[in-house]
Amino acid sequence: MRLLHSLFGRRRRYDDLAISIAEHIAERTDEFVEGGMPRAQAEVAARREFGNVTLTQERSREAWQWPALESILADLKFAFRRLRKSPGFAVTVLLTLAIGIGANTTVFSVVNGVLLKPLPYPEPERLITLRLNAPGAPGLAEFRDELRMSPSMYLTFAAHNSVFQSVGVWQAGTASITGIAQPEQVDAALITDGILQTFNVPPVAGQWLTAADQDPHANGRVMLSYGYWQRRFGGDPGVVGRTISVDSQPRQIAGVMPRGFKILNYDFDLLIPAAFDPVKQMLGGFGYRGIARLRPGMTISQANADAARLLHVWMDSWTNGPKSDPHFYLKWQITPAFQPMKDAMVGSVANVVWVVMGTIGVVMLIVCTNVANLLLVRADARRQELQVRAALGAGRWRVARELLLESLTLGLLGGAAGMVVAWAGLRLLTTVGPSNLPRLSEISLDARSIVFTLMLSVLCGLLFGFIPVLRYVFSPQGVPLLGGARTSSASRERQRGRDVLVVAQVGMALVLLICAVLMIRTFQAMLNVDPGFSGPKSLQIMRLSIPETLVHDPVAVVRMQNSVLDKLAAIPGVSSVGFTASVPTSGAEPNWNGIYIEGNNDHAEDPSLRLFNYVSPGYFRTAGTKIVTGRDFEWADVYGFRPVGILSEGLARELWGSPRAAIGKHFTEWPSMPWHEVIGVVQDVRENGADQIVPATVYWPSVMHDIYGPGSFEARRSLFFALRTNRAGTQPLINELQQAVWSVNTNLPVAGITTMQDLYGDSMARTSFTLVMLAIAGAMALALGVLGIYGVISYAVSQRTREIGIRMALGAKKSELKWMFVRSALLLTAVGVAIGIAAAAAVTHLMKSLLFNISPLDPLTYITVPLALAAAAAFASYLPARRAAAIDPVEALRAE
Amino acid sequence: MYSLFMAKNPEHRDLFPGALEVMVLQSLRYKPMHGYALVKHIKQVSENLLQVEEGSLYPALQRMLREGWLESEPGTSAKGRPTRIYRLTEAGLRHLDREVVSFEKMFAGITRVLAIAGS
Repeated sequence: MRLLHSLFGRRRRYDDLAISIAEHIAERTDEFVEGGMPRAQAEVAARREFGNVTLTQERSREAWQWPALESILADLKFAFRRLRKSPGFAVTVLLTLAIGIGANTTVFSVVNGVLLKPLPYPEPERLITLRLNAPGAPGLAEFRDELRMSPSMYLTFAAHNSVFQSVGVWQAGTASITGIAQPEQVDAALITDGILQTFNVPPVAGQWLTAADQDPHANGRVMLSYGYWQRRFGGDPGVVGRTISVDSQPRQIAGVMPRGFKILNYDFDLLIPAAFDPVKQMLGGFGYRGIARLRPGMTISQANADAARLLHVWMDSWTNGPKSDPHFYLKWQITPAFQPMKDAMVGSVANVVWVVMGTIGVVMLIVCTNVANLLLVRADARRQELQVRAALGAGRWRVARELLLESLTLGLLGGAAGMVVAWAGLRLLTTVGPSNLPRLSEISLDARSIVFTLMLSVLCGLLFGFIPVLRYVFSPQGVPLLGGARTSSASRERQRGRDVLVVAQVGMALVLLICAVLMIRTFQAMLNVDPGFSGPKSLQIMRLSIPETLVHDPVAVVRMQNSVLDKLAAIPGVSSVGFTASVPTSGAEPNWNGIYIEGNNDHAEDPSLRLFNYVSPGYFRTAGTKIVTGRDFEWADVYGFRPVGILSEGLARELWGSPRAAIGKHFTEWPSMPWHEVIGVVQDVRENGADQIVPATVYWPSVMHDIYGPGSFEARRSLFFALRTNRAGTQPLINELQQAVWSVNTNLPVAGITTMQDLYGDSMARTSFTLVMLAIAGAMALALGVLGIYGVISYAVSQRTREIGIRMALGAKKSELKWMFVRSALLLTAVGVAIGIAAAAAVTHLMKSLLFNISPLDPLTYITVPLALAAAAAFASYLPARRAAAIDPVEALRAE
Repeated sequence: MYSLFMAKNPEHRDLFPGALEVMVLQSLRYKPMHGYALVKHIKQVSENLLQVEEGSLYPALQRMLREGWLESEPGTSAKGRPTRIYRLTEAGLRHLDREVVSFEKMFAGITRVLAIAGS
């Protein structure tokens, strides 16, 4: 405050001082005159007596100044003036820095939003996800990286744990809302008691679901998400207490959760109580994800130990049916591996984000070396000035401070421009970035990003500023005054610093290019994989659920689904239709279990877990999944409840050696179900994405005898319908789809309308995102590297003009001269490449988890990239070399 | 003759640090004055024993203005010329009182030491 005041009041103080002093001298003069001295002489005497007026004024003014700051300000002014005088240099440097710093800030904001910021729940450090591993469950890893929890497990944990303040399980699903406007299918989360308590986020309207809502014999209330509340009810607070029809069941709205509230990464519309009936639960049914809030002071390892104890209680308390062995699951070796909730939310994306951050950091280093190079050239031009100043007694630090101040100014200006780039970059990233990036909405340019940018700018300024300082101010031998210019090519010493920078640039660029090319090769490999379906662009997908409350009888459900299929098939341009319980990469909760093989007691005792799917006749033809041998389902199979099934090729080979051998063999899920005959074998389908393992899959008809034996049926009620048509994805087709469904039943909502191309594209988003980021970084590195080589060779040519002139006068050939410069560039490149290859071999190991079907030491990549880089270097040096060869020897010798 | 800082004449002896400030503050306690009047006042009151150097006075005045011990206001000299009149502030008065106490202690100390040396 006082500093500000003193800065503004200073002018007045100086004036006051001048007036005081002038009056002082005038009064003294008067006195001398009164003493009889002539006025002219009196004035001189008065002044002499007063002493040096300017000095007194200066010393007086110092009371209002901060001398160190003032002289820095003067240096700063000087730096600005020098920058304005060379706009080409300033613009080049600032632009490079703005892009470099901007890119870094952008990626840092992602790191910050995704990895560093705490989760947006109160006391997030006590939140954990209840991850279970089951290393003894064969086959599980093919389609799930963890074992999810069963309702009985949750009930055991909730009743007997000693570590959780609250615990709950949840499952993502869908629900049909009818009776408001058009029937609508919404994203719902089935939650138990304990979920809301764990997150501990209060509702914006109404209240939480309570334990009373979990009563299996009553219609529990539901809660709305903020988004759904706004979208469907216009944010009307009076909606609390209203009754809506959820899956044809009347339910009261208890409350609304606040904006931005998600269950981990799941952005739901509706929260529905799971309402488990303890009487009906078995051991199995591993379809729920658990979360918990630890009691204060409890650690994850204590929670793991407690859960391991409770798993035994669980096996002692529940059963899978009268004849089953409740301790069967001991074989699965279920192990609690609870995780901090943030780790679970971020998952494998952390790898991608860190790789991208590292890459962008390397680009920043290259930017710094480039700027350092430019500053070196600039400082070189000022060499004489600096030497003269040093000779006149300027302190080393005084000169160093001036150079550093200039580079810091550049760094900070670049940082400011970088913030603008980052702002634009983040907007771009949030639109083109993978939509499944966790916590995408939490990414922003916050205080931490700004501090990061500031620190980065200062650090860069110091980094590229110190190189010329070390070279020109603190070089041990000191540069001789008035030396250099005439001693022609003795600038080898000066050239060396720049050579080192170029080698470093080439090395770093090589590493980035190799990483980028490896990602391109990965992407290619993924595109080359046969996903198990064809023509994803012309494959229209939609979801349809028929709740039990709408149609109770399982067979009637299938008849309704069948007539929907018929209506869809009648839409013009649709060549075939079918439905399935799960399309590849849809993210739907999979069904899985072991199967029993007729006549194979080994498998009966230790059934590997297989992925289950339920498909209609014609689905395989629609999706383009080839039938390897045998036949597809027929409607006669379905309505006749014939015990038949189809296997994936991998599973058929595993069980019987070949697809052909599998035909006619028998298998079943439960001993109480009839044996199902293998009627066909279809090609393997990449259910979880191109780069994932192909799970061994069993395809069942969509309705069949269930576990309770003959006479009891179970149908799939929530299905994906697939249509093969060239009109896929067009609005008229979507309208016709809806009309077709409503012509069967007006209460059926259509949801999840998409094409297979979009679904599958999402599953490759992580790879394509990494690819794009690395490609951008690689391209920047290449451009900067080429620029660096060009700059160094150009400078060498300009420095050696005289030498070239002499050489030419002595008869050197132009081609030899060109080759001399290109050769020196290639030598630098070769050294850089050698270092870069060694570094790349180490670095690419870190990105192994991002690669698919490509070795981190892929020979093709390691050969082509260095060759391409060498070609670029040769080209970059050829341009100045050609200029050197065009030098007129007479002119060159006459110069200077 | 003692000079308050910055002796132009090497024969003049400097007083200890802080002396000039105290003299100025004490003079201004008597009445607000402008710069030249201050020089004359101190010279007269000390019966020519103390001579204020202009080169020290003006920087000292600025320092004291900065510390808030003084205020300056436009005014005119005895001859009717525009100048700046310096006036003691509350803070300046408090500072002066503290300084005078510590000066007195110091004088007492010096007097005792000199008394022993002289005996």
